[in-house]
Order: sequence, then C-alpha cells, then structure tokens
Amino acid sequence: MAQIRLENIIKLFGKVAAVNNVSLTINDGEFMVLLGPSGCGKTTLLRCLAGLEIPDGGNIFISDQNVTEFSPRRRNIAMVFQNYAIFPHLTVYDNIGFGLKMKKFSKADIEKNVKRAATLLEVDKYLERHPAQLSGGQRQRVAVARAIAMNPAVLLMDEPLSNLDALLRMQMRAELKRLLQEIGATTVYVTHDQVEALSMGDRISVMKSGQIAQVDDPMKVYTDPANTFVGGFIGSPPMNFLVGEVVQSEGGLAVEIEGQRLPAPANLARMAGQKVTVGLRAENIEAGEVKDGPGLPTQVMVVEPLGSHLLLTTRIGGQSLKVVTPVDYPVSPDQPLWLRPDLNKLRWLDAQSGTLLNLN
Amino acid sequence: MSILDQVNLNDNAPVTARTARPVLNQRSMARFALYVLAVTLTLWIILPLYFITASAFSTRDALYDWPKSLFPNPISFDTMDFFLNSRGVYSSALNSLIVGLITLALSLLIGAPAGYALARFIFPGRDSYKLLILTTRAFPIVILSIPLSVTFLNFGLYDTLIGVALVHTALALPQTILVTSSIFVAVPNELEEAALTLGCHRMSAFTKIVLPMALPGLAAAAIFAFVLSWNEVFAATILTSQNRTLPAQVLGSLSNSSLPLRYAGGFVLIVPSLLFILIIRKYLLNMWGRVVK
Repeated sequence: MAQIRLENIIKLFGKVAAVNNVSLTINDGEFMVLLGPSGCGKTTLLRCLAGLEIPDGGNIFISDQNVTEFSPRRRNIAMVFQNYAIFPHLTVYDNIGFGLKMKKFSKADIEKNVKRAATLLEVDKYLERHPAQLSGGQRQRVAVARAIAMNPAVLLMDEPLSNLDALLRMQMRAELKRLLQEIGATTVYVTHDQVEALSMGDRISVMKSGQIAQVDDPMKVYTDPANTFVGGFIGSPPMNFLVGEVVQSEGGLAVEIEGQRLPAPANLARMAGQKVTVGLRAENIEAGEVKDGPGLPTQVMVVEPLGSHLLLTTRIGGQSLKVVTPVDYPVSPDQPLWLRPDLNKLRWLDAQSGTLLNLN
Repeated sequence: MSILDQVNLNDNAPVTARTARPVLNQRSMARFALYVLAVTLTLWIILPLYFITASAFSTRDALYDWPKSLFPNPISFDTMDFFLNSRGVYSSALNSLIVGLITLALSLLIGAPAGYALARFIFPGRDSYKLLILTTRAFPIVILSIPLSVTFLNFGLYDTLIGVALVHTALALPQTILVTSSIFVAVPNELEEAALTLGCHRMSAFTKIVLPMALPGLAAAAIFAFVLSWNEVFAATILTSQNRTLPAQVLGSLSNSSLPLRYAGGFVLIVPSLLFILIIRKYLLNMWGRVVK
C-alpha cells in the first residue's frame, strides 16, 4: 500500500500552466477525488502521477520513493482510461492478463489473477470474447478488471464512468465504491461530475485553473466551501450567493441585503460597514407567504418541478436566489415569497476575493 | 485521380442540396448530373482498360476486324504467350520484382517511422517537414534525370537495380509517409498509454499494441510502394541500359513491335495496379475521407 505525496507540481503546455504549483498528500488506502470543470488541470495532474507526463517542476513521491521521472511501468500503478483503452485485437482474457504478462508472471499466476479480477467485475463469462463483442458497460468493467488484476499500490482513474449512460453510471458508481473499499488500494479518481465526487470520495480536491481550491471530505466541501467557486461548482443547484453590507443595528450585528436585514454573528463585527457575500444552500431556506421571523422578501421568477421537489428561482432586488420546496407547495411565477434562511447555515465570504471568512 | 474527384464531388453535394432546398427538383437534377459525371469518369478509365484486355486475348486477325466485337471471339492466348516468351520479358519482369521489393522494404523502413512521428509527436518544424515531404513530388523527374544519371554514374549506381530502387523509394516516400501517418493516427494514443501503464516500454507498446492494429494498413502502404515502382517508367528508362525493369523494357522494345504485342505488354503492366487498387481502396478512402492530422 502506498501514500502519495505531490510537492509543488508544475506542468506547462507552451506558456500555459495546466498544473500550477500543486501540493497534495493522499493517504495510504484513501479514495481521493480530483474534481473540477474541464480544463482545470485535473487530468494533467493524474497523468503526471501516472508518468504519462513528466512535470516541469516539483516532485512526486509514491511510498516515499521519488518517482517524478520514472516511466509508468516502474511506478506500481494501474490506470483506467476515459475511453476504456482496452486492446481491440486481444480477447478479454488477454486484455486483463496483459499487464501481468508484461511483468513476466507465470501462466498459472496470470490465470489466477485474471479469474479473480474478472469475477470481481462480473466479466468472467466473456473471457474468450473480443472487445468489439461487448457493450460499453462491459468494456468499462474489463478496463477496471485489467487495472485491478495488476494488484497496483496506486489505482488511477480518469473519468471512468463518463462514457456510460446515466442509469449504468449510477449502478457502476455504487459497485466501484464497494469494490475499491474491498481492495483497499490508494485511489486517485478524476471526474467533473460532482455527484460522483460527493458519493465516492473519502476526500475531494476541487481544482480550478491548475490549482487546488479546497481539499476536504465531501460533506465539508459541500457545507463549507472554501470560496464562491467551490460553492458554485458543487451541489445541484449550486450554493446561492448574495452580496450585502454588514451594519450595526439596535438588535446587534446584521447584514443588509437589498435593504432587508438579517442577523449576523457577532464575530463579524470587524467587517462592519463593509460588503460581504452570504452563501446559503437552497435546501436550507424555508419558503412562506407571511413575514414571520428574519427573512428576505422575494419574487418568484421560475418554478421547476423536479419530481421529488420544486426548484424555485426567486429574485430579491437585482440578485437571484434558488430555493427548494416540497412538490405540493402552492406557488406560481410572479408571486411574492418570504424566504427564511436557516441562520446557522449561512456562510460568510469576502465580497471581493470570494474566499470564506475566518470568523474565529 | 477518379477517386479524388468523387470525394470532392461528394463534399460539394450537401452544399448544393442545402442552397437548392426550396425546389426539390433542382436537388434531384444536381444528383442526376453528379451521377452522369461519375459514370463518364468511370467509363473514361474503364473503357481503355477493357479494350486493352480484350485485345490482349484476341487472335491477331480479330484485332484488325471492323466493326469490333465487344468480346474477344475466339479467346486466344497466342499473343500473350508470344509476348511472355519474347526475349527480355522474363528477365525484366524479374528485375521489376526485385526493384519493387527493395523499394517496398526501403520506403516502409524509412516511411513508417516518419509517419509514426508525424502521427504521434508535435516537434519543432513539423509543419514545414510535412510540406517538405510533398515538395519532393513537385520536382519533375524529367528535370532531375540528367543530374541524377551523372551522379549515379559517379557512384557506380548506374544501370544497377539498387540504383533504380533508390529513385523509386524517393518517389514512393511521400505517399508512404502520409499513408502510414494516417494509419497510426487511427490507432488511439490512449491504447499505447494504457500499454505503458501496464508494464510496456515504448518499443514493446509499439510492437504489441500499435503494430498488430496497424498491420493491414501498413501492408497496403507497402503494396502502394511496390506498385509505384512496378509502374514507374521514366527513371527506370533513363537510369538503366541493360538491367531494364519491365515498363522500361516494354517502352524500349514495343514501340517498334507489332500492335498485338503492345496490347499484351499493356495488359501485363496494368494487372498488378488493378489488383493493388482493389486491395487498398479502403485505406485510400480512409485517408482522404478525413483530415490527416
């Protein structure tokens, strides 16, 4: 088993830094998700880890060995590619056994490992087939089996589920999670799908423009985003951000949003008179018709029924706010709505930089 | 040439169809015109081939008959027999075969790695290199022939099979490089990378993954080089005096032979090319059907 340490990794493509000074430690046996929009450098970082790209700066350690300049085959890794990358001219058996054969395992050992990996991924019925005779989901299983058969210390996965249809993806997601818990390899998993990241990862590294914006466990990333980018990227709908001003009022500190005041925590006092961004999740807001308790007067713009709940887009002044209500909640566009946010779940961010304010 | 034309026409067809959308008739007219053009072009190529073939298998008398019958009647192998047994034909065919095989080997040995490099790597001067490959075809061999002969005489390559093969390799290389590069582009880079992560060196990733997948295309590229050599007549004529290849021999001797013999010679020259086009058709269309990166 292996710990991975990335130190100040830089990877340039021309003059553009695809990965810009990234440092990250991934613990032995941990499932780390690299999450970010396309072009954020997550795949490049993974390829540096695999040895398919050599970084322009920084060091990579796997199990305390500096592997920065090692070729992929010397790193004790296995990788699952986005487009499966299984070899079309080889049978499923030869595909899964390919790595073991290259490492000069005995025939008996190859067979044992291939059978084990194929059984784990339920492709043991197709061992004699060629990839062209398999469905997309089965090919993906073969690709994962091929990686697992190597018994790698580190398992790298580059958007392995993105080519599957929605239903299959959900099924494979749960299966992969169970499988990886079972084998316990240190796993680095690249995805742009925040649901995958939240549901599978032990920790998530959210990346943006070649840098890591936040590393935390999934719930922490969801509830306490380090900045507006993370809050806006994770969650469906994304976190709401309202700009207001911190003011002193007779009832204590408050934040004034579009002329309406909400109570603010006392340790925000140093921000008095300054602008602040308030982050709030749609599910932490209660909608009502009458003004009771601290809240915001809004007007409903759009009502989207989503089966399990309604997603409302409302407006307060020039800012918009998304709210989730039960499906049977009576509401129609243009109607005024009184929104009461759960005051304990408000997050306070710097209005300029968008980073979470330290209130201690 | 005909294939290229058809491809271009096909590219244009949807455009005309789109502009002529209101009048459906116009669309079918354009389609009709396209077919007429295609049939004309095809006949333009096919008819001479057919008449040469038919004449090669006619009796001498039937050749001068008028009006001509569409089918050789009776079918006769006399002319072919006479041609194949005439002096120099057998040895020059053997020469052609040897030159062709050397050309095939050399052009693949030099061209395939170049094609691989173009397909996989972005290196400084890549674009100018691609242009350079094509400019070798821009020099007419006619202009090159005199200095080439002098150089070959100096190097002792004149009138040798290896000398002719070297020139043919130079002529075949542009195609070989471009065709092989399009073949290697078609093998996803991800497969090679997967092999690297599974314990391969660069070389074993190539031999175990890329090569097996590229093999049919490479075979086509090889045949391409061979047929180019088989058909090439000018350089072969200029650079040899005794050790003639078949086309050079045919050109040299048939101009003062009888008409039936010329048909027989023509037929023998055409057959390998036709077989070759049948075999590699798929790969040529592949190359032109999409942009070669």
